[in-house]
Amino acid sequence: MALLTYRDALNAALREEMALDDRVFLMGEEVAEYDGAYKVSRGLLKEFGPHRVVDTPIAELGFAGIGVGAAMVGLRPVIEFMTWNFALLAIDQVVNSAAKMRYMSGGQVGCPIVFRGPGGSALQLAAQHSQSFESWYAHIPGLKVLTPGTPADAKGLLKSAIRDDDPVVFIEGEMLYNVKGEVPDGEHLVPIGKAEVKRAGADVTLVCHSKTVTVALKAADLLAEEGISAEVVDLRTIRPLDTDTILNSVGRTHRCVVVEEGWVFAGVGAQVVDVIQQHAFDELDAPVLRVTGADVPMPYNKQLERASKADPAKVVAAVKRVLYLA
Amino acid sequence: MASKVLMEALSPTMEEGRLVEWKKNEGDPIRIGDVIAEVETDKAVMELVARAEGVLLKQLVPAGSTVAVAKLVGVVGQPGEDISAMTGGAAAPAATPSPAAVTAPPAPLPTSPAAPPPTASGGRTKASPLARKVARERGLDLGAIAGSGPEGRVVLRDLDKAVPAAAAVFAAPVAGSFEDVPLSQIRKTIAKRLAQSIGPVPTFYLTTEVDMDRTWEAREALNEAGPRNMDPGFRRGDSGGDAGKISFNDIIMKATAAALKAHPACNAWWQDDCIRYWNEVHLSVAVAVEDGLITPVVRHADRKSLREISAEVKELAGRARERRLKPEEYTGGTFSVSNLGMFDIDQFTAIINPPEAGILAVGSIVEQAVVKHGAVVPGRRLRLTMSCDHRVIDGATGAAFLRTLKGMLENPLAIVY
Repeated sequence: MALLTYRDALNAALREEMALDDRVFLMGEEVAEYDGAYKVSRGLLKEFGPHRVVDTPIAELGFAGIGVGAAMVGLRPVIEFMTWNFALLAIDQVVNSAAKMRYMSGGQVGCPIVFRGPGGSALQLAAQHSQSFESWYAHIPGLKVLTPGTPADAKGLLKSAIRDDDPVVFIEGEMLYNVKGEVPDGEHLVPIGKAEVKRAGADVTLVCHSKTVTVALKAADLLAEEGISAEVVDLRTIRPLDTDTILNSVGRTHRCVVVEEGWVFAGVGAQVVDVIQQHAFDELDAPVLRVTGADVPMPYNKQLERASKADPAKVVAAVKRVLYLA
Repeated sequence: MASKVLMEALSPTMEEGRLVEWKKNEGDPIRIGDVIAEVETDKAVMELVARAEGVLLKQLVPAGSTVAVAKLVGVVGQPGEDISAMTGGAAAPAATPSPAAVTAPPAPLPTSPAAPPPTASGGRTKASPLARKVARERGLDLGAIAGSGPEGRVVLRDLDKAVPAAAAVFAAPVAGSFEDVPLSQIRKTIAKRLAQSIGPVPTFYLTTEVDMDRTWEAREALNEAGPRNMDPGFRRGDSGGDAGKISFNDIIMKATAAALKAHPACNAWWQDDCIRYWNEVHLSVAVAVEDGLITPVVRHADRKSLREISAEVKELAGRARERRLKPEEYTGGTFSVSNLGMFDIDQFTAIINPPEAGILAVGSIVEQAVVKHGAVVPGRRLRLTMSCDHRVIDGATGAAFLRTLKGMLENPLAIVY
């Protein structure tokens, strides 16, 4: 066990998997000579050489396509997008090529590729660079979507993603890179499709992922001061969604608030609510509420940006509503 | 937005209520579920609870006034809110229309989401899915529970205040608890002819005299033994006193319930197009109150021990005298017992409480000379008179029931047999 930043946990996962399997290579903008825009690939060029840590031109569609082709012929590419905002240029390769290859080849050709990079809002990066796209990718049959919220999950999920035989969209929290946490050394695998109860509680379930894990845990602290016991369920994987863990928790607490950074409409929370209303209808004592990013392009103004984000105070307010205390 | 406080139908038959006392003054903060006022219905004094929160902006009727169901009695809202549109032209006696209300255009009454129509007006009861499920499991009637959620939604915490067994029969009896038997032609003819002859409930009376010697002994033995020996909760040093004592009425209730179980034909309701034979015994017991009479119901009396029946009757009668019974506690009986023994009444006839088909009138136990085995000996005798609704119960049917009841009281061990 070591105390690592989220960034270094990802770095450790890449290093370990590249050392284990020489089919694994990393490709993207500034990943080699510059050690990555967010330093996730620090030291990898020196360790594994320019054949396995490859700088690309600023051409997302192109290098995503090269990655898909490499995966189809047996390599295990990890394609880094400097951020998921830039991956919009490459979404055709992710959605139309990677996600559909196994289906359209009748199972003959798989596509074991990982697309990774930071997502979500940061600090004053404004409308075009502060977006959460996990619900976009989770919409697509054929893609797995992972959103780790802690350093340990970042390492364990990235290792599982690289070993997975299907395309994985791996969305890191841009504001999480400096967050430190205990990370198991060596072979630490977090299974894909398994949520985790990050904090046990009895009165309400807070479903969260990525950066909102921190938000939900902070909200749970505030609620505890008022005698309200909140259970925090970190989805970790958006697709395939771990419905069992969600339903087990809501079955005990009877109330739920879903917290996410993304926009409200057709967001991840909408899917969670659908699962709950279908399978736990009789367990609900209140409508499931959602705390999301504001339904606007992210403002640049600092105060407006803060007001647009899901924060602990908004979660506390929603919890009081589902408990009929407000 | 301000919400109306309406006179609610707090008993199944209530058409108007007397606002006995305001429990909140104008300006007092109100939370959903707070008792705003006490209302005397045709049966009891009930609580009028808040369906919205804010402050009580206006009391529109003075304490003591009688108000029709669904009429406005007050307004809850935020301080300073303009409620003239709501109170203007209100039929409420104490309403003093403000000048603003007079000149104000006839704005439609604000329909606040927090002011639901009283549940008794026929609207669907709002409840969370969990509350519905738990109510179903506990046999609670959601319609009889005041919801504390938005728009009066019944949520889990509201169920914990509800009384399980009592509410079960009030509005919607559980399926399987009775059987409706359509009227045969002969029953239809009997019903029609007898009603023509004697009135809407054609009643006849059956009287029997019961030897109470053994019940007397049994009661003495029970009260000597318990609660010291019978009650596991009894603590050394407790006197026991009269509180825990079993009365003759308790024993008669218990025996009646057992006899009804054996004669379901007498445990029935007249329903105009059918007879409802109950599989459960819910025994109404007549209790005299200050200005009348009320019949609280001991639910599932056939399944309760003598001690349970005794405690329940005492508790219900106590609250009946304080007029604190809830509607579900005095409705839904399947048969009644009325006892005037304590007034030295030897024998009387009681009037049937429809839709029940029978009522047992219990006189006092009289010490008198009786003939036993050819010799005149002192005995203790009780006269029971059963009033029967002839549309449901025929003479022989009622007589068979009374014979069983008499047998049980003459040999009380038979009650537990």
